[in-house]
Amino acid sequence: MRPRIAVLASLGILALQATPARANEPAAKPAPAAKKALEKQVQANSPPFSDGIFPCSGCHDPKAKVDLTHRRLQFHDEQQDVLKHGPERWCLDCHDAQNRDVLRSAAGASIAFTESYRLCGQCHGDKLRDWKVGIHGKRTGMWDGDKTYFLCVNCHNPHTPAWKGVSDKVVDGKRVVSPTMELITPEPRPRRPEEMRQ
Amino acid sequence: MSTTKLNVLPPSHDEIEDAGRRAFLRAAAAGTALAGLSGCAGLDMDDFLQKHFRELSPDELKKVLAKVERRNKETWGRDTTVSATGPREGVEFGYGLDISRCIGCRRCVYACVQENNQSREKPQIHWITVLQMEKDHGVDLAHADAYYDSATVPQPGKFYFPVQCQQCRNPPCVKACPTQATWKEKDGIVVIDYDWCIGCRCCMSACPYGARHFNFATPKLPAEELNPHQHLLGNRPRPKGIVEKCTFCIQRSREGRYTACVEVCPVGARKFGNLLDPESEIRKVMETKRVFVFKQELATHPQFYYFYAT
Repeated sequence: MRPRIAVLASLGILALQATPARANEPAAKPAPAAKKALEKQVQANSPPFSDGIFPCSGCHDPKAKVDLTHRRLQFHDEQQDVLKHGPERWCLDCHDAQNRDVLRSAAGASIAFTESYRLCGQCHGDKLRDWKVGIHGKRTGMWDGDKTYFLCVNCHNPHTPAWKGVSDKVVDGKRVVSPTMELITPEPRPRRPEEMRQ
Repeated sequence: MSTTKLNVLPPSHDEIEDAGRRAFLRAAAAGTALAGLSGCAGLDMDDFLQKHFRELSPDELKKVLAKVERRNKETWGRDTTVSATGPREGVEFGYGLDISRCIGCRRCVYACVQENNQSREKPQIHWITVLQMEKDHGVDLAHADAYYDSATVPQPGKFYFPVQCQQCRNPPCVKACPTQATWKEKDGIVVIDYDWCIGCRCCMSACPYGARHFNFATPKLPAEELNPHQHLLGNRPRPKGIVEKCTFCIQRSREGRYTACVEVCPVGARKFGNLLDPESEIRKVMETKRVFVFKQELATHPQFYYFYAT
């Protein structure tokens, strides 16, 4: 299986000619069996988009010619100002150049925003492994039944992924969270015994 | 499991022999107690004669549940549902807490208070205590602060160590109770029959985790904050003079739901599941992470595990 993945990866890189720096990373596309198991296990939810930002094709015309040069853009300051995710990263490393409504793996595969964990898992394989079995990240609902899985991006802003805090958000009728840029303020400390005397 | 299939312990030989004597004593005591009880607010003969939870027949249990619901209505003016759902076959609860993730925000503390109808003020009762500890010292109660108060968390150089009932397999509190008002259920939850607790607090001094809490005064709980979804051995409102503690949200967990603290944790540090299910989160934690129990040297064998996921 390992040689096949390597072949897949190199094919993807060849096809793209876009991200030579990431050629050593594991292939993004899971082998069919692994993918099947993943789909069975994970009930993908919508990520906590900023209000009014999705679908991206509302502004980005899928037919427009795209300049693939790594550069600072004149728009999306809100993301570019905070972008702090490894060295030398920019938008089209993860976002699909033509169809902005999907993401794109290093191997060139389209990845829906609801399955963004596959994109993150390309580099953070150990975290993806833990997340899939419920060690990393958070689930709500039933311990023996239906669960809401929180995506990576429910807690980590993908543009600046170091964890700071989260705030409540309702997405598709489910109570989830979205990442914030501020640290959390703790709830009040408990009363000391002497403070509780009448 | 329905309320009619509760695990009622078979009466022991001694108990059968004692039945006649106990009935006589009850009748005799009832006579002398009647006068005294008339002075006790809200109590009646049923309370005085009520059997231990594990000796209740299904019919008697129904009456007890109805009585608690009626009292709730009288006290809080709200409709409540009180269940006594029993443990499931093949389930043993385990809890995991990721020390490398907890940021000490105390969201769990207050979610627990809301879910489980604790007294809000005087006495303020929290089933979860979050300890702030020094990274330099590790898990060391000599360098722990439960009353930390900072503008933001986590503070540099600190880590956070939430403590609640560890649902021990060898529970010192159960051994200490003189009325057998507390015991360990088959799914591992240590419960309290609030009607049999006499408030002697022996269990509190026996517990090495400070997990048991006493209602020194009548609990203060605003009616609008009452959680109407209740369990007889869990979050139904407690009277003054009763010991209470974490029950893994028995009213939720026995229905298959995550506990309130798991659902509220903003960092996903809390894991909950069935220890007998090899696919459960808690089993995966135990198989792949560095896991320890608190105060292992006391051989209490908790079903509550701390771990480091990083």
